[in-house]
Amino acid sequence: MLSFNGLYRCDCLPDPAGICKSLPERGLLLLMVLVFLEGSVLPLGAASSPDVTHQANSDNHIVKEAGHNFTKKPFPVLSLDYHHIQAPFEISLWVLLASLMKLGFHLIPRLSGIVPESCLLIVVGLLVGGLIKLAGEQVPPVLDSRLFFLCLLPPIILDAGYFLPIRPFMENLGTILMFAVVGTLWNAFFVGGLLYAVCQIQPGNPSILHQLELLPCLLFGSIISAVDPVAVLAVFEEIHINELLHILVFGESLLNDAVTVVLYHLFEEYAGVGSVTVMDVFLGIISFLVVAVGGVLVGAIYGILAAFTSRFTSHTRVIEPLFVFVYSYMAYLSAEMFHLSGIMSLIACGAVMRPYVEANISHKSHTTIKYFLKMWSSVSETLIFIFLGVATVEGPHNWNWTFVTVTVILCLVARVIGVVGLTYVINKFRIVKLTTKDQFIVAYGGLRGAIAFSLGFLLNKDHFPLRDMFLTAIITVIFFTVFVQGMTIKPLVELLAVKKKQEAKRSINEEIHTQFLDHLLTGIEDICGHYGHHHWKDKLNRFNKKYVKKCLIAGERSKEPQLIAFYHKMEMKQAIELVESGGGVKLPSAMPSAVSMQNIQPKKLPPAKPAERALSNLPKGREEEIRKILRSNLQRTRQRLRSYNRHTLLADPYEDGLGDLLIKKQKMIELERKIKDMNNYLTVPAAPPDSPTMCRARLASDPQAYSMKPEPDSVPTIQVDLASPQSPDSVNLMDEFRRAEQQHEEDQGLMMKPPSGESGPKKPGEEDGSREHKLMRCLSDPGPSADEDEDEPFLP
Amino acid sequence: MGASQTRSEHKYQDLADKTGFSLEQITNLHKRFQQLSGNEDTLSRQNLDNIPALANNPIRNQIIEAFFDKRNQHQDEVGSFNEIGFEQFLMVMSHFRPPTLKTTEEEKEALRKEKLRFLFNMHDTDNDGTITLVEYRKVVEELLSKSGAIEQETAKAIADAAMLEVASTNVPDMAPDDFYEGITFEHFEQILKGLEMESRMHIRFLDVDTTTMRCGKSTS
Repeated sequence: MLSFNGLYRCDCLPDPAGICKSLPERGLLLLMVLVFLEGSVLPLGAASSPDVTHQANSDNHIVKEAGHNFTKKPFPVLSLDYHHIQAPFEISLWVLLASLMKLGFHLIPRLSGIVPESCLLIVVGLLVGGLIKLAGEQVPPVLDSRLFFLCLLPPIILDAGYFLPIRPFMENLGTILMFAVVGTLWNAFFVGGLLYAVCQIQPGNPSILHQLELLPCLLFGSIISAVDPVAVLAVFEEIHINELLHILVFGESLLNDAVTVVLYHLFEEYAGVGSVTVMDVFLGIISFLVVAVGGVLVGAIYGILAAFTSRFTSHTRVIEPLFVFVYSYMAYLSAEMFHLSGIMSLIACGAVMRPYVEANISHKSHTTIKYFLKMWSSVSETLIFIFLGVATVEGPHNWNWTFVTVTVILCLVARVIGVVGLTYVINKFRIVKLTTKDQFIVAYGGLRGAIAFSLGFLLNKDHFPLRDMFLTAIITVIFFTVFVQGMTIKPLVELLAVKKKQEAKRSINEEIHTQFLDHLLTGIEDICGHYGHHHWKDKLNRFNKKYVKKCLIAGERSKEPQLIAFYHKMEMKQAIELVESGGGVKLPSAMPSAVSMQNIQPKKLPPAKPAERALSNLPKGREEEIRKILRSNLQRTRQRLRSYNRHTLLADPYEDGLGDLLIKKQKMIELERKIKDMNNYLTVPAAPPDSPTMCRARLASDPQAYSMKPEPDSVPTIQVDLASPQSPDSVNLMDEFRRAEQQHEEDQGLMMKPPSGESGPKKPGEEDGSREHKLMRCLSDPGPSADEDEDEPFLP
Repeated sequence: MGASQTRSEHKYQDLADKTGFSLEQITNLHKRFQQLSGNEDTLSRQNLDNIPALANNPIRNQIIEAFFDKRNQHQDEVGSFNEIGFEQFLMVMSHFRPPTLKTTEEEKEALRKEKLRFLFNMHDTDNDGTITLVEYRKVVEELLSKSGAIEQETAKAIADAAMLEVASTNVPDMAPDDFYEGITFEHFEQILKGLEMESRMHIRFLDVDTTTMRCGKSTS
């Protein structure tokens, strides 16, 4: 990919200054410092320029060989060959440095509360760069554009795109596009134009500013005006503002890439010529459309490919995450190949593939993808800020007071005017208007970052003699926005009492009502007679369900309605939480609710209404009796839960010979065998064929022949395989529950002595219920993770 | 001619004050009303049933019923109409107005309560002030009704889980033998607090007449 050999052979010194307080870390750093010193000695000794190093290396080799012919040296038992591993070693060291810094910052809680991480990282980068310079080495060109655009940026964008909250994004798409396109254009021309004007009116001293022409100014304006997604993410992540504002600023930072790309290429192309005709402007507009739409198309195509591929991965689950990553990266590279917008392509790819891929892949793969993306994007972000610091130290700088201060002021002014003006127009079309507070946050949140620097770095010095001045100004603006705006936005948010992000988990009630609302609003729109927002969304949903899902989702999941998918996901999440919080043996301490299913079941059935559908065909009296029995059992179970001991479980001597149950049991055994074959990554053995009670517990919701998978007997682990074609819907829960049920069933010998048929329809509800009521205990348990976003269904 | 026009404007002015729509919006809605009712003065369930676009909607019956529900008229009556006039039509539609920039916090609160009340009325079909488990189950079943052959058990399980959640959040300390009658309006408000109804439950009412902009097809 990149050739590091020969790019730089310098090393970096980590910052040993008392940031890490623990002993093992100090030891590690000491070790690193020693290695560095050794490493730096060799290259210094060899030569002081890249080529000579290689030359020297080969010279050494030749000399050695020559030496061999003449004199016999003793066999080298231990030798040091740094150059052999130099490049990967240095990369690893940088990554290690970044990660250690991240670790260190969070060990100092007060600091990370006041100063956003991005600022601290830039400072670290400055220190590192300073140390390198002090050591007399040449600072490596770390923000080299190829490295930045091909390695550092994609993980962050993919992470953002994959976990993009689709619903708020689509709802506010118009606003976001206005800010991204019109806002960026306005910024670019305002800053560029006024800068040119200011430069020209410099009276008296014929400074170098007079050399600055209009087109380079406009180019500079277009570089500096784009809001940077990396910086926005880094800062906004810590302030937790409400979803609307977050998606506005963040969406803008992502979508303005197309505008930046077009403007940059346009002005760079014609800066040499010195003039731009109307034709060029027209072509520029066409180019913008091509870049934007083309980027999205490329991304969508790769996304669909990835979704289609994931349909067939049920037998090779281990490489599922790889498909996601590789297809996305290829989407980015393909877009870059045609000079389309790589960022938009990546976002489109992630957003398109996600709902289908998630329906197809296993839970473990899903977790893997999530954590890998977070890990890479985190490391990338850290590295980018450190490199910003390092690159600042290196320069090349050309400080010009006028230029820099005017740039900073103009950027701020342009942003404010742009946001206010655009909001005025946008509010005419929005239903939920943007208030002044919102406008302020949007304006204040327009941070610039490393993309601007890299674009500036990319400029050719021959065409742009004032490139150094540009770079200095860009860096100053970046520092200003990241430090000043980044640090003060948090207290300002508090001061202005801006609405914060809602921390509450998405509950099943909210999900039901969100869907209900969608249908209701679509219906009202239809009654009103106009094709509005909801109408088209509904049409898209139906198209999606009818055609697209069938192609891209494997097996039965393609027909699963969204509410059910959500419900299963929630069930599983709660089950996982319960396991993590002590597995039911020790109930979570924060368990405020003692409500269980029995509290909800009606004591007496409501009088039958003509409009009401008959939900069961049991006679009412019978139903009541059954409920009463179950309720009392459930109560006893709750107490039992504390004294769970799996060794006391015995096979139930239940012998109500239910013929059909035996047949089902045989089917289950076969199924278990099949599943055992399929899941060959399990280290826990599959459960032996169980007693009829266990089977029945498992088959509890089985009137329509669900098949649940057997649980391994040894540890209370969850092994869920949602997308297995064998198990259409039902999620399997933990051991405890079935055991608890089994236990309570044993105790009472409860068995619905009633003849088999009747217990069927009623039992399932109760079984589910008992499982659920134990689950529900954890509803108020805050739970370990705060990752709600990914649970958003696509096109909800 | 002139007299009748001023009369109709006054009539609309009344409606505008009552429901909060603008005069243009009321005019458009009136045109639509005429279209739906076949130029008569009252709308029946049949008229709404005949709208083709509604055929795909899983909860169309509830929606149509909501128009004829007396509780949505804000006049403390219960029961349902057989036919509704334009004023009742407009009253129901007014539940879907969005807040404006000038709406104060209290007004937003009141707006949200009104919208939640509308939803509550849609679920509470027997008008006993609570949404019982059976009613809630019906809601979930209707929601899933258009999604192919859905197992009743799953629908029931979802409704049960939802009900349990409401009970857990609102009445956390229930004794094992207590019975949770159903979701009251306060509990309903509580669980849907996070959805910000005043900003979500609205549609765009146009000032421009679009009913004549579609070529040909009459949807009445």
